[in-house]
Amino acid sequence: MTNSSKQSAPLFQLRDQRLQYQGRTVLDNLCLSIASGERVALIGESGSGKSTLLKALREQRPDQVAWCPQQPGLVPILSAFHNMYMGALDRYSLAYNLVNLVKPLPGARALVEPIAKQLGLEQQLFSSTDKLSGGQQQRTSIGRALIQQRAIFLGDEPVANVDEYQGDALLQLICQQHQTVVLALHDITQALSICTRIIGLQDGAIVLDAPSDQLQASDLAGLYSAS
Amino acid sequence: MSASNSINTSASALRNLSFWFALSALLCLLLVDIEISSADPWAELGLMTAGALSPSVWSWPTLLSSLANTFAFALQGVTLAAMGGFVLALGYRFTLVRAFCAFIRSIHELFWALLFMQVAGLSSLTGLLAIAIPYAGTLAKIYGELFEEVDPAPANNLPPTSSRLSHFCYSVLPLAWRSMATYTSYRFECAIRSSAILGFVGLPTLGFHLETALSDGQYSEAAAFFYALLLLIGTLRLWLHKRLLPVYLVAVFYYLPPQATISWQLLVRFISEDIVPAPLRGQTIASAETLNSLSQWFSLLWQQQIWPGLVNTVLLGQISLVFTGLLALALLPLNSSLFFRHGRIVSRHLKRSIGDSILVLLRTLPEYLLAFIGLLIFGPSMLPAILALGIHNGAIIGHLLGRYTEEFNLRDDASRGITLYFYEVLPRIYRQFLAFLFYRWEVILRETAILGILGIATLGFYIDSAFETFRFDVALLLILVSAALNISVDQFARYLRQRLQLKTVPESL
Repeated sequence: MTNSSKQSAPLFQLRDQRLQYQGRTVLDNLCLSIASGERVALIGESGSGKSTLLKALREQRPDQVAWCPQQPGLVPILSAFHNMYMGALDRYSLAYNLVNLVKPLPGARALVEPIAKQLGLEQQLFSSTDKLSGGQQQRTSIGRALIQQRAIFLGDEPVANVDEYQGDALLQLICQQHQTVVLALHDITQALSICTRIIGLQDGAIVLDAPSDQLQASDLAGLYSAS
Repeated sequence: MSASNSINTSASALRNLSFWFALSALLCLLLVDIEISSADPWAELGLMTAGALSPSVWSWPTLLSSLANTFAFALQGVTLAAMGGFVLALGYRFTLVRAFCAFIRSIHELFWALLFMQVAGLSSLTGLLAIAIPYAGTLAKIYGELFEEVDPAPANNLPPTSSRLSHFCYSVLPLAWRSMATYTSYRFECAIRSSAILGFVGLPTLGFHLETALSDGQYSEAAAFFYALLLLIGTLRLWLHKRLLPVYLVAVFYYLPPQATISWQLLVRFISEDIVPAPLRGQTIASAETLNSLSQWFSLLWQQQIWPGLVNTVLLGQISLVFTGLLALALLPLNSSLFFRHGRIVSRHLKRSIGDSILVLLRTLPEYLLAFIGLLIFGPSMLPAILALGIHNGAIIGHLLGRYTEEFNLRDDASRGITLYFYEVLPRIYRQFLAFLFYRWEVILRETAILGILGIATLGFYIDSAFETFRFDVALLLILVSAALNISVDQFARYLRQRLQLKTVPESL
């Protein structure tokens, strides 16, 4: 596993930034840099600005980021196959995409099937996502991110709807396939075991930023009990 | 087949249904005449364009009085229809009431007008009733469904002793009121179209002068009446305020009091003789001979008019339905901000509002008028009817679908353009699209029948000929056949909507 390579130029950089969500300032005077190879967990209560921060990071490098938002935005009546394939739409011609929508093509299947297998979705590949459970939908959403084959993974609670055991396995998979990972997580144990760096958000500011091997679960508990 | 290949998508059921509909329309297309029979359609189109660009009013008093008549018939008709529809809606849980409403709305306002003309002549009463009766059936249905759908909690919390009507007035009516008002005002816009079209059978509205001018090739004069109609509908919102409504109502009843000189003798004759099937007239007892001649009368009618009329109506209706659907899907991006994401905000808004104005304009054009113009350009065939029905109804559905896409929460990394349309938008709107289309099916079929008056051999063609030759028994029978067809299609569409669960909002993901 890669360790943080802080010598190289940072991948993401925010300097005295003000981030807003629907016209309301969520994070102010924000300074943050994330280097290639880091695995960062964003921790904080809901509303603390994790999603807003992830969105701002995505906008810095939209073409390098595999995006996995909290609302997966799946198309309900389409199959898991199509919903995952949508991550690769820009790699194929319009004609190929349209034919594949009517009849899944061999090339697209060869791309999607291995990932579906890794995610345990091979049985549900051709079921529409409105017939899948919440956990299966979430895995489909991760599948769409994995299929993009990007160096950076930005995920907003990507495993919130699956059990802890499956969640760990999925996070491992995500980390294996991406050089740099930034995740908003609510499970402190998971954050400490998976990520190399923890960033705590509270009251519109970063209140904690440390390597995870220097932290314990009790250090993070305060992030949730304030105010 | 391995388990991984088994297809279990909601899309596939909808796709199969669409496939069969499209296939049936293609087969129908092989059976109908869609040839361009006019010698030089471009020349006619050129003349029309020239006329449209140089509108001229030959008589302002005529233009203004026909404009006022159009407005008066529409407002009187909808007012009466709203009152009648409300009373009917109170009893909407009774099957008999529902069937009665379905029956009166299954007969097109032009057919009602043709019927009333026989006893009340080309009078203001004829115009009023022709709009009020079918609209009452439609409004009763909508009001009735609104009453059924309101939140039952307020009703359940009322003490049980109060009378049923006060129960209703306190717990149901206030909740449904706003939707009722919105829908009624939409129907008023439709009523103006209907009112204008009544001119085509002789009533003194805009359609009367439009038909005359168009038939004579006076396209500049036709354009003036045409623009007057668009202006009337387009500016409704600016001057038809709720508070001014009583003023307008008094004004229209003062300006055009519903009256007719009805000869009671004629009325009695019409009911007791004219509309009675010819072989039964003057017969008191049903002898074997009478029954025999009745069955001969009917089988001849069936062979020569009912069956060909039915077949053509269904064929044309099916093609028009599918064409409407295709146009709606093609037009919806015009009213969806998802497809206007490039450029600066001001220019995006401008482009979008231009796009939607096109849809609203196409929707404003009555299909009957469009078909009439189409016939002048392309010559007699089913082509003008298909185009007219498709454009009018496609614009209505496209406008609604475009607005529906505004509710989508797309991901930040969603694709763009055509890919966005096919992968994100089309699958998300498809249920709603089918629901709208099936809802519109009955309307399209009603219109298909009526376009026969223009010479296309649907049921309306035979109905119009029967009226012209004073064979009112035949006319009435054919009108009943067309009503039965509309009711069956409405029932079938209702069944499809329920089976595909099209009423539910599917966007839970």
